[in-house]
Amino acid sequence: MSDPGVKLWCNFSDYKPGLGSNAAVAEANRCLNCYDAPCTRACPTGIDVPGFIKKIATGNMRGSARTILEANILGASCARVCPTEELCEGACVLHDLHERPIDIGRLQRYATDPVVYEDDDSPPLFEAAPENGRRVALIGAGPASLGCAAELAQLGYETVCFEKADKPGGLNTFGIADYKMTFHTALKEIEWIRQLGVEIRCGQQVGRDISVEQLRQEFDAIFIGVGLGGVDPIGIDGEDLEGVRDSLEFIAELKTHPKEEVALSGKKVAVIGGGNTAIDAVTQSARLGAERVYLVYRRGPQQMGAYKHEQELARKDGGVFVYHSQPVEILGRGNKVAGLKCIRTEHRKGKLQTVEDSEFVLHVDYVLRATGQSKLTDLFEEFPGLAIEDWGTVIADIDGRTSLKDVWAGGDCVSGGQEVVNAVAEGKRAARSIHKTLQGER
Amino acid sequence: MADLRCNVAGIESPNPFWLASAPPTNTGDQVMRAFDAGWGGAVWKTLGEPIVNVWSRYGAVDIEGTKMMGLNNIELITDRPLEVNLREIREVKKRYPDHALVVSLMVESDRQAWHDIVKKAQDAGADGLELNFGCPHGMSERGMGSAVGQVPQYTCQITEWVKEVATVPVLVKLTPNISDIRYAARAAKEGGADGVSLINTINSIIGLDIDTLTPTPAVNGKSSHGGYCGPAVKPIALNMVSQIGADPQTAGLPISGIGGISTWRDAVEFIALGSDTVQVCTAVMHYGFRIVEDLKEGLSNYLDQKGMTLQELKGHSLHKIHNWKELDLNYAVNARINQDKCIGCGLCYTACEDGAHQAIQAEPRVDGRTYVEVRPQDCVGCNLCSLVCPVDGCIDMVEIPNDFEPCSWEDYTERGGQLAPRPEHQ
Repeated sequence: MSDPGVKLWCNFSDYKPGLGSNAAVAEANRCLNCYDAPCTRACPTGIDVPGFIKKIATGNMRGSARTILEANILGASCARVCPTEELCEGACVLHDLHERPIDIGRLQRYATDPVVYEDDDSPPLFEAAPENGRRVALIGAGPASLGCAAELAQLGYETVCFEKADKPGGLNTFGIADYKMTFHTALKEIEWIRQLGVEIRCGQQVGRDISVEQLRQEFDAIFIGVGLGGVDPIGIDGEDLEGVRDSLEFIAELKTHPKEEVALSGKKVAVIGGGNTAIDAVTQSARLGAERVYLVYRRGPQQMGAYKHEQELARKDGGVFVYHSQPVEILGRGNKVAGLKCIRTEHRKGKLQTVEDSEFVLHVDYVLRATGQSKLTDLFEEFPGLAIEDWGTVIADIDGRTSLKDVWAGGDCVSGGQEVVNAVAEGKRAARSIHKTLQGER
Repeated sequence: MADLRCNVAGIESPNPFWLASAPPTNTGDQVMRAFDAGWGGAVWKTLGEPIVNVWSRYGAVDIEGTKMMGLNNIELITDRPLEVNLREIREVKKRYPDHALVVSLMVESDRQAWHDIVKKAQDAGADGLELNFGCPHGMSERGMGSAVGQVPQYTCQITEWVKEVATVPVLVKLTPNISDIRYAARAAKEGGADGVSLINTINSIIGLDIDTLTPTPAVNGKSSHGGYCGPAVKPIALNMVSQIGADPQTAGLPISGIGGISTWRDAVEFIALGSDTVQVCTAVMHYGFRIVEDLKEGLSNYLDQKGMTLQELKGHSLHKIHNWKELDLNYAVNARINQDKCIGCGLCYTACEDGAHQAIQAEPRVDGRTYVEVRPQDCVGCNLCSLVCPVDGCIDMVEIPNDFEPCSWEDYTERGGQLAPRPEHQ
């Protein structure tokens, strides 16, 4: 579905490119500057959206970046990866005037990029406070931990993130559709956060390379921001065939390799699932040159979890949505995938049931699972007494407090899977709570 | 199509839209192209003794991304040879006999010098003369322009000199850089002027480049005060135009209105306050001669819709402008928010709470917007909420009837008038 002759990386260029200064100021001037602005209320990190936009209009660029990054240290990422259509831009009052909402994401990118990505001689916007002698360990170096650590560093804490992968950032680095944000863009932002005094130790898996006991000895508090695990097998025959993959692994691979090396030219792909990850797998397969990409979902369009604008994107990329279909077997030729056998489903007596004699086969070369990520229960078991939901997420209150008095948690390992911006907000709230608690101990 | 033909002080014109004396009327070529585009008249860029111009001449005020809401210039009168200008005036008049071609003049305050230049302009075929007593920059340092317009007896004297030899109507162009425009208009009338044109530009420093802290327009690192015009000056011009018509001593004096006119709506306002014709400059410098199509069509459609002639529109609103002391203090209005139209931006709340009289209640709406409602007992009907509201027709100012007779400040203080109760300030 990629035009022949087009270099594949072209298909992955920014789907919301940056704004030039004239366009940014014109857009900023469109903002009504609402009272108690709905966009700000819709932002999980509560960025003062009209505030930063009006600073763009006046040319106070440093002030604009400060307004954003003070609320959300990953503001440059979120400018690219946030589902703004669902959050700030979705709340814009201009919808009611039948006008285009303010392009908040791109304005945020315009304001934050110079600070986060362009080295200049101006003094840093944020700095670590003088050390207060307290240390906090963060497990994982994804958005939740980074949001938490950055806040703590500015409060004078020594922070160390233990990251099991070889690069930091979690899903923000490895799991974002490449046309939204590249691998290197994510890493460069983390370099900027490191300058605040956030230490990140990669290749360090808690429970393997360092024990929870050690962490408790060396640190005053622990934040768990490990996110979720891979996509588990769905439990049908043929999942061991070559060509059956976890869609997150697939996305991580294409983000970290030249596109020609991971091209799918002429191939047919079936993606199983109905969430935003499934959509990302569809769009990116198509952009890697796949001849046909199916999205196989066992329920109907109304039940699909993926955002509407994301579904639209997948359709524009040529994705074929196969609703009310449940995979029953992956067919092989030799040890390679040759097809995905599905059966029709329907709602009967309030339940989703298969339809007898309705099997059909999609002839595909790859099957990508996007049916929900596993929970990292092995790690949680390292914390005796840590309360866990039946479905495997950590139980934490609004401030990230868990059942253990020295352990906080946030991000996907608590929520079960939300946006980067939610994880940053949770990390930041946990940092405030940790600070309050540790201060109280003095 | 309404009849747009008009006559100001005896100068006839196919429509009331003239180009003001400025860069757009610098050459015969420009004026002819303007007439082809549909302009009814043009006031030629001011003729006088030879001058030399600086190279950096204009500066602008942009407001929230809108370019050139205000423009200033430090350009002087024409820098082309007098003979060239006169030859081109003659040529234009020959080719466009039915258009109004007025020639702007400015020479030193010498009777003979004025006689000479008036005769030359008339010989070239000018339909009228406009005496430039208005430019606030450059020429004023040499005792011309606003240096004349700011002293009523000079205005009167030079107008008299001109009228000694003038065979065509004479308009005196007034400077707004004066505390009361009526004195200048009276002086022009006393000197025999057939009409006045106003306003000329307002003395100004348009701004600084804050990177270099140099005023603009910068001439090798320095600048000078200049003449300010464009949409931003329109309210000042409207007031001054209305004052001429309202002053018993100058009422009925023909007026060519000038000052920030960009659209036919602006023209309607100038005409309704007493202008016979209107002159346009900044809008043409911004968008070119082509804007005249909309100016003419818009005015014509407006007149047709109103069932009015251009003559009936002229001065129509003058009787509605009064001294404050004559306004009815018992006329009460209140803001009413149309909830069906409200988009929940809360701008009215911010404006009322911080900038006016704290009469709007705001609460978060379930959908994340802001619910707003006016507290009638606190509303003083100031209009501010309706001015900041981005939705047309969402906030109405509705009349609150009462049983009190109309009562002005004059009635109240001098005739024992009764005031209706008003909201108390907490």
